[in-house]
Amino acid sequence: MATEVETSVRPRSTPRRMLDQTLVRHLAIALAAGLALYLLSQSLSAFDNLQLATMAYYFVAVAGLTVLTGLNGQISLGHGALMAIGAYTAAKLLEGPAWPLALVLVVSTVVTAVAGVLAGAAAARLRGPYLAGATLALAVGLPSIADKFPGFLGAANGISVTPPIPPGSLGATFPLERWQAWITCLAAVIVYVLLANLVRSRFGRSFRAVRDSEVAAELAGLHVARTQVLAFVVSAACAGLAGGLFVVVTQLAAPGAFPLALSVALLTGVILGGLGSLMGAVWGAAALVLIPTWSDDLSKSLSLSTNVQANLALAVYGVVLIAVMLAAPGGLQAAVDRAAGAVTGALRTSNRSRGSGPRLEEEKET
Amino acid sequence: MSRFLDLTLNGLANGAIYAAVALSLVLIWRATRILNFAQAGMLMITTFIAWSVIDAGASYWVGFVVALLSGLVLGAVVERVVIRPVEGAPPLNAVIVTLGLLVLLQAAAGMIWGGNPRSFPPAFSIKGYDVGGHTVLFSPFDLFTVLVVAGVLAALTVLFRRTSLGLRMRASAFEPEVARLLGVRVNRMFTVGWALASVAGSLAGVLVAPAVFVAPNAFDSVLVFGFTAAVLGGLESPAGAVVGGLTVGFALSYVSGYAGSSVVTLGALVILVAVLMVRPTGLFAPTQARRV
Repeated sequence: MATEVETSVRPRSTPRRMLDQTLVRHLAIALAAGLALYLLSQSLSAFDNLQLATMAYYFVAVAGLTVLTGLNGQISLGHGALMAIGAYTAAKLLEGPAWPLALVLVVSTVVTAVAGVLAGAAAARLRGPYLAGATLALAVGLPSIADKFPGFLGAANGISVTPPIPPGSLGATFPLERWQAWITCLAAVIVYVLLANLVRSRFGRSFRAVRDSEVAAELAGLHVARTQVLAFVVSAACAGLAGGLFVVVTQLAAPGAFPLALSVALLTGVILGGLGSLMGAVWGAAALVLIPTWSDDLSKSLSLSTNVQANLALAVYGVVLIAVMLAAPGGLQAAVDRAAGAVTGALRTSNRSRGSGPRLEEEKET
Repeated sequence: MSRFLDLTLNGLANGAIYAAVALSLVLIWRATRILNFAQAGMLMITTFIAWSVIDAGASYWVGFVVALLSGLVLGAVVERVVIRPVEGAPPLNAVIVTLGLLVLLQAAAGMIWGGNPRSFPPAFSIKGYDVGGHTVLFSPFDLFTVLVVAGVLAALTVLFRRTSLGLRMRASAFEPEVARLLGVRVNRMFTVGWALASVAGSLAGVLVAPAVFVAPNAFDSVLVFGFTAAVLGGLESPAGAVVGGLTVGFALSYVSGYAGSSVVTLGALVILVAVLMVRPTGLFAPTQARRV
């Protein structure tokens, strides 16, 4: 906090000073990431571009869940269902008259955010296992709405839409997969900038304050319930956008695409990356795409049965969730930080990581 | 009117099953303050084991006993291996571990038995009783279900109120430090609690299996119903779990009968949220100050 005040007072002439500013730094990172993704997508095959697009929408969802669980201490097993809301909204809009895609994505984000207000208002009253159970009920219950309205929501078959068409100016042979990767990566970069700033802002600080001690936060003048609802809404909006992007990539919104396993997978991504770290969400999302691909390759090369192949990724998620909680309760990112701190032996580093680190680890020490 | 009566009877049978699931959740919550999301996976595994035994040609009752015994062993093993390290840790850790265990068990079942639902035989006929020319929605198997769950509740009550083991278990859950000072092997009591809970869960699995078939994620909704029931009952008392289970059973039977079976899980969600909005720690839970 103190450093931010200082930088706003100091003259900001040199580029180094400019980079000290949160917004400038995040925009610079985003620009660099965008350029890297652009170059990457040029060199990737169609399949790899689809993988990249998948990673991008997973990142959006995992980053949103990181804000909720890592920063605000609320767990949600229902983010798969929130993604379904975004996906169905996008699919209904894409089915009808030709709306611009950006508008469709914005609308699915907003609709899911509104759903997030309802879910968040309920969640703000619940703690720990009760919240987990209620959101679990959401994940299991919500997709069944599609069966209730077969005409409108297409029952088990869901709604299929036509894929987005790359603009003609890019050339007639421009591959669809690269276009999908561009759309999703652009959205992911925008989400990164917005969330990175949010995390460093007044709101991010109040999220963390409420997570660490509700009573202390309340004494400091924060409205605890309102803060929790806000965190839920931000997180739901991300899930909604991820759902919309899911439709862009797969051209389908169906109940079977949003099982409980999806919610668990998102949580796995958050845990893997380290709770509360946006950079962690990047490689959490990458892991969610790569684990199924690698486990498929592995089972093919070992010629395992299809039963094993179909379930290997799920098994890995389960093992990861248990192993990380038993071996490194702060997530892998915290373990890496701690290892780095031990190597350098710098006391300062370990103090800082304790101050901003995830709550899971801190409580164990007390 | 006869339809309402049918739905009520059907709700009684389903409610007994939800009560058994709720019992398994409540027993673990009481003992270790952990909500066991893996229960759906554990009872799925034991039901699959029973299915394999019956499929190999053994009688139904052999499969039934095998399910309960494997539940006993599985519960104890799970507690010793993965739950012990997170006992006393922040609640989020335990939630994530049990969730990881749930998907791990589902994946393991998928690898061993495949994803196709298998039909599971009932103990008795599932054809409804004939009352004055009208076939009611209540079969001999439903009667068996209700009686078995009532028997389990009675046995648990006797165990907790009348036996030394029950007293030691209650002491371990209520005041672990004092219990330990008095020579109670608290950790062993936790293991026993998990094992007993897992038996109640595997019983629910065998009882509900004829209706939902056996598949790796066939019991997800049963877990939601059981959780709803347990929360209704306040998560603290076995009797509350049974009352909660029956309430959920009746309510969902009416939802299914009058609004369509596809919205049943949604109905459970509505009940759960409504209850939690009024009482965030369940209907019959004693009011408790949150520790700062």
